[in-house]
Amino acid sequence: MSGQEKSWKELMFAAVSPKPSTDFLTGDWKTFTPIHNAEKCVSCLKCAMLCPEGAIHWKADAGKLEFNLNYCKGCGICANECPAKAISMSIPDKEEEQ
Amino acid sequence: MTVFQKQPIVKQELLALNGDEAVALAVKQSNVDVVAAYPITPQTIIVEKFSEYVANGEVQTEYICTESEHSAITASLSASLTGARTFTASASAGLALMHEILFVASGSRAPIVMVVANRALSAPINIHGDHSDSMAQRDSGWLHIYVENAQEAYDSILQAFKIAEDLDISLPIIVGLDGFAISHTLENVQVLPDEAAAQFVGERVLPTVITHEGKTAPFKLDPDNPVTMGPNVSPNFYFEFKRQQEEAMKNALQKIQDINTKYAALSGRSYGNGLIDTYRLDDAEIAVVVIGSTAGTLKVLIDELRGEGIKAGLLRLRTFRPFPVEQLQNALKHLKVIAVMDKSVSFGGFGGPLFNEVRTALFDLKQHPIVINYLFGLGGRDSNPHNLRKIFENLQQIAKTGQTDNAVYYLNLKE
Repeated sequence: MSGQEKSWKELMFAAVSPKPSTDFLTGDWKTFTPIHNAEKCVSCLKCAMLCPEGAIHWKADAGKLEFNLNYCKGCGICANECPAKAISMSIPDKEEEQ
Repeated sequence: MTVFQKQPIVKQELLALNGDEAVALAVKQSNVDVVAAYPITPQTIIVEKFSEYVANGEVQTEYICTESEHSAITASLSASLTGARTFTASASAGLALMHEILFVASGSRAPIVMVVANRALSAPINIHGDHSDSMAQRDSGWLHIYVENAQEAYDSILQAFKIAEDLDISLPIIVGLDGFAISHTLENVQVLPDEAAAQFVGERVLPTVITHEGKTAPFKLDPDNPVTMGPNVSPNFYFEFKRQQEEAMKNALQKIQDINTKYAALSGRSYGNGLIDTYRLDDAEIAVVVIGSTAGTLKVLIDELRGEGIKAGLLRLRTFRPFPVEQLQNALKHLKVIAVMDKSVSFGGFGGPLFNEVRTALFDLKQHPIVINYLFGLGGRDSNPHNLRKIFENLQQIAKTGQTDNAVYYLNLKE
């Protein structure tokens, strides 16, 4: 929800949401971002199964993993559980983030 | 002071009612859709009387018997959010149990009307009247009106629905009446005909919102027009919604006065300007500020004092939330010494809550009166003219010397 600067006068009465919940992205809550190393990845899909947000998907047609950073909270479970050490967690540079 | 106009618009009926019965009758006349409540002394007569109306088929109201006050206020909140006009009542420990949901109700902008028959809190257990219960809820975002007698209790309920449901306010309201002194005391009460009361209160109108589907819809729980209510709000926006509540409170300052005036035209009765109610204050040198039924006793005493040549006056605060700062400043600025009476304690604080706020309101005046505090009446301790007179004796002494060695006094305490 960052980037919106509505004043209290413009916001909806009683916090009624003017958008469906799917329009509210929650990826900006995270501190750490997962970096996936495709060369090391053995495609075991353990990360996709263990991600509490369901933010890691196996793209069968492309034959690779996809991380949906709009919903990733940066918890690091994927990196911790990866048997091939193919995921690392890092704090992106401020400029890069914007 | 209460003004009785000579020719009210409608002919009224004089009934003998106690404060609780007067409330129940006003709720009946307000065509309430839902009442959800749990009995507690001294409020019980209200819901008992109202359940009789329901059992007799005299009202169309859905009456929900809940298993606790937490459930009573939760059911009231849910009902209010479906667009139903909703009433509940509580006191003391019951109101304390509602605490959590009081904030949800105000934040959800649900215009519930609740009567609190003010009663002391445990421990030690005490069922008698003081203001500890509703004063402990003063920051919960509800409007607070305190009445002086059964007549005002009746009148204020009819007004409370109009105030709470006003689209510029849309906040829940507590109408406080002193336990036993008002709730259980039989008084003469003038009541409006059913149609006149119903017409004054009017139908509930709902605010319009834009839904998550982009539609314009009334603000109510409705499967055909789904609206998101009570969402999680991040630090980005939460503060702004609290600011909106503050604005609604400010809007109430004018609306309460307007509704008081409109009601006076109909019934012939008004309560000061709706916010503050003064008695022989304009030319007074010393005065007392008080909430609730004690004002009645003080008026009798002030008449006696005036007969003795003492320029004493009274300000009864009717509306505690929103707190009428400007009106208090204007009404009190000419006085030499003021005693603010608190029927509740903020333990370890600097005097009672009313004292704190009145004194703060007067601080910005170039020349402000000396303001002292009297804690009184806790757990139903009686305040009769004899011991209330001691306040004025002290005020006279302070006015003469221009100083006080104490800011907080206890009235009628066994020292």
